[in-house]
Amino acid sequence: MSIDLSEFHDIFFEECFEGLEVLESGLLNLDQNTDVEEINAIFRAAHSIKGGGASFGFTDISDFTHVMETLLDEMRDGRRAITREVVDLLLKSVDCLRDMTNAAKNSEDSDQQRTAAIKQQLEDMLATDGDTKPVTHNDTTQTKVSEDTACSPVEWLIHFRPDSEMLQTGNEPTRLFRELATLGEISVQADMSNLPAYDELNPECCYLGWELVLKGDINKEQIDELFDWVKDCSDLEITPLGNYNQPSTEAVTQADNTATAEAGTTNNDSKNAIQKAKVTDKPKGSGAGKESGSIRVAIDKIDELINLVGELVISQSMLSQIGNHLEDTDLSNTEILRDGLSQLERNTRELQESVLKIRMLPISFSFSRFPRLVRDLSSKVGKQVELKLSGEQTEVDKTVLEKIGDPLVHLVRNSLDHGLETPEIRKANNKPETGSLCLNAYHEGSEIVIEVSDDGAGLNKDRILNKAIEKGLVAENQELTDEQIYNLIFQPGFSTAEQVSDVSGRGVGMDVVRRNIRDLGGNVSITSQPDKGSTVTIRLPLTLAILDGQLTSVGEQTYILSLVSIIESLQVIPEHVSSITGQAEFYQLRDEYIPIIRLSEEFEVEQSSDDLSQGLLVVVEAEGQRYGLFVDDLMGQQQVVIKSLETNFKQLQGISGATILGDGTVALILDVPGLIQRHYEKRNTAMKPVSDVA
Amino acid sequence: MNTAQTAETTLQAEDGMDQYLTFMLAGEEYGVDILRVQEIKGWSTATPLPNTPDYILGVINLRGTVVPVIDLRKRFKLESIAFGQTTVVIVVKVADDGFGERIVGIVVDAVSEVHNVATTDLKPAPDFGGAISTDSMKGLTTVDDKMLIMLDIDHLMNKDVLKDFEQTEQE
Repeated sequence: MSIDLSEFHDIFFEECFEGLEVLESGLLNLDQNTDVEEINAIFRAAHSIKGGGASFGFTDISDFTHVMETLLDEMRDGRRAITREVVDLLLKSVDCLRDMTNAAKNSEDSDQQRTAAIKQQLEDMLATDGDTKPVTHNDTTQTKVSEDTACSPVEWLIHFRPDSEMLQTGNEPTRLFRELATLGEISVQADMSNLPAYDELNPECCYLGWELVLKGDINKEQIDELFDWVKDCSDLEITPLGNYNQPSTEAVTQADNTATAEAGTTNNDSKNAIQKAKVTDKPKGSGAGKESGSIRVAIDKIDELINLVGELVISQSMLSQIGNHLEDTDLSNTEILRDGLSQLERNTRELQESVLKIRMLPISFSFSRFPRLVRDLSSKVGKQVELKLSGEQTEVDKTVLEKIGDPLVHLVRNSLDHGLETPEIRKANNKPETGSLCLNAYHEGSEIVIEVSDDGAGLNKDRILNKAIEKGLVAENQELTDEQIYNLIFQPGFSTAEQVSDVSGRGVGMDVVRRNIRDLGGNVSITSQPDKGSTVTIRLPLTLAILDGQLTSVGEQTYILSLVSIIESLQVIPEHVSSITGQAEFYQLRDEYIPIIRLSEEFEVEQSSDDLSQGLLVVVEAEGQRYGLFVDDLMGQQQVVIKSLETNFKQLQGISGATILGDGTVALILDVPGLIQRHYEKRNTAMKPVSDVA
Repeated sequence: MNTAQTAETTLQAEDGMDQYLTFMLAGEEYGVDILRVQEIKGWSTATPLPNTPDYILGVINLRGTVVPVIDLRKRFKLESIAFGQTTVVIVVKVADDGFGERIVGIVVDAVSEVHNVATTDLKPAPDFGGAISTDSMKGLTTVDDKMLIMLDIDHLMNKDVLKDFEQTEQE
């Protein structure tokens, strides 16, 4: 029987990445405190990767992980102290393993040299004694064995006593023995001492133990491999018999014993850990890995959906019943109909909310990369930093989550590089030597707010202002508020870093951050206090799928404006309209002149009246400038589901998408900045011929 | 015409034969690969898209999907007529090079028939210098003494529509 394993490869890779993430975060936590359970979780993650790698034929992955596992095993048993050195090496191995997995996923060759080098480092580490060594020789558990087993023994005694639950994990001892028999001559002795009385016997439990004697030209690894799947849930002892008796192997056996015993007790936890690991989603490939198109959803969210659909069906049948009896025009019927419709409305709304929730993932998926990043960077720039994460469970749309990662990384790097000071300076300024960097996320209305704050030096107002004047971004005598000055750093090509460092300061950063966030329909701002630190606040819409829209009508067409982009709407007072060179129209709004843009002209549709006083002016803001959009009328406000035009057509400038209205017709959603840009481009091209003639 | 035979042949495409849905456009009969046709629906008003060529009538709502609709008469530079009883929108799936599948509606005068046409029976269309290049045609064939123009819908909807469109935009 042959099964095509390749179809499971994707699952393996996904689990592999998840495991790696568990490994990484676990290793990072080892820095601070050493909890046995923590190490166990790391060990199990490594073990699952190894097991998976071996089953799917990725021997390089499993071999590599094996060495890591050996090292972890020593740490778990307390035979090796947890030093920064070991953790660093393990973290490096995690990176290497991730690259290997990525390479395997994309069917490319991994960097063999690097793999071999790190593997060698791991083996070297294993060869050195751990700081604590209760048993001699056991620091070389597996590697030594492979050397020893080069000279083959003749007989092996295998003591195998599975836990009573072993059968429930799908392992079948007889099959194991059959496999063993293929290696050499085998004799089996069952130990039935634990067998209970017949009426107490649970057929799903394993009460037996076995003593096996295996003869032949076999090395220990071959036997180990067979027992790989069951050694976590059994008491396993493999000892050579006869003339083969070296002290190191004794030690190995003992070490294995302690390992298996512990593995046995933590078996249940390991299942938990695996489940826990499964909750974490999103493989974060360090390189070319494709973005995953799938999403893992908590079961309760799905249950909720099923319930809601159930209710929807009930409402539907209720309504169709009324529909069937519509001919007997009883007034009581209309009452029921109204009830039914309101019930239907509630159902639909709840259903919509829960469906949207499916796309929501906790922000921790994005935050989880920072402990590592901060750790690596802080040592690079020689600063002591403590990273505080809060609000990791705040949920946000998956698309937003995927796109917010890079801007966040940039902000954190900036804080580390420019914001926080070196320990010496901090000390001189009466601050704790360890700086703190906080990432915080919370919901506010229909927005998610993410804050990146540090307790560093804060922004240098004068330097920013000088730089801005130098770059011609502001006039020399222009009066600016502190906030305006700080937010200048989001201007393109602005960097006040005295020297460009590897970490940041190329001056392309902050404007890219702002652009990315704006693309998501969000906003970013910064506040700062000298010597107290600065805080960058990012505001993002919770979802990109739904928009609070204002319906406006122009002629026969309906256009939708995002409610948040509207500042106010007003009736035009004709005296306040003035024009420049007879082309551009302006409206005097209090003490400001705002350009008027006629939507009917922009979109070449018929408007009911060209007379400004007959319609309404919707004041919107884009790029810090206000504009008045001239429309016929404002209609209702409603939540609209955004449909992309790109799916079947292409993106049009000035239009961010379309939606379907209650009557089934399609309405376009306006993209205000794009619309204004278009307006001016069109105007400029229209002006050209005129100037040519002149 | 032997109707029984037609019915039989329309049910099952034979080997080497492709089935084409034909439609009328200003008295001429055109065909598209029937496997590309998703559905045929009556004409309903479309929401116009700003700054697009005149043959793009706009977008319609096809059960929750926003689908662009193209007036094939205008596309072929034929005289426009008022949409009437037989005017239909043929919704076709267009393979987009590198972008997956797109759905586009084409407005035609009326749908006609389903024909089995052997690939070998398709004659290359002569270059006649019309509004559309012969690249958008799979070929010409004759069924029951009528000439049918078989369209390459992928080419017509992608290359031409978008290319023309981008050109107009640049101009």
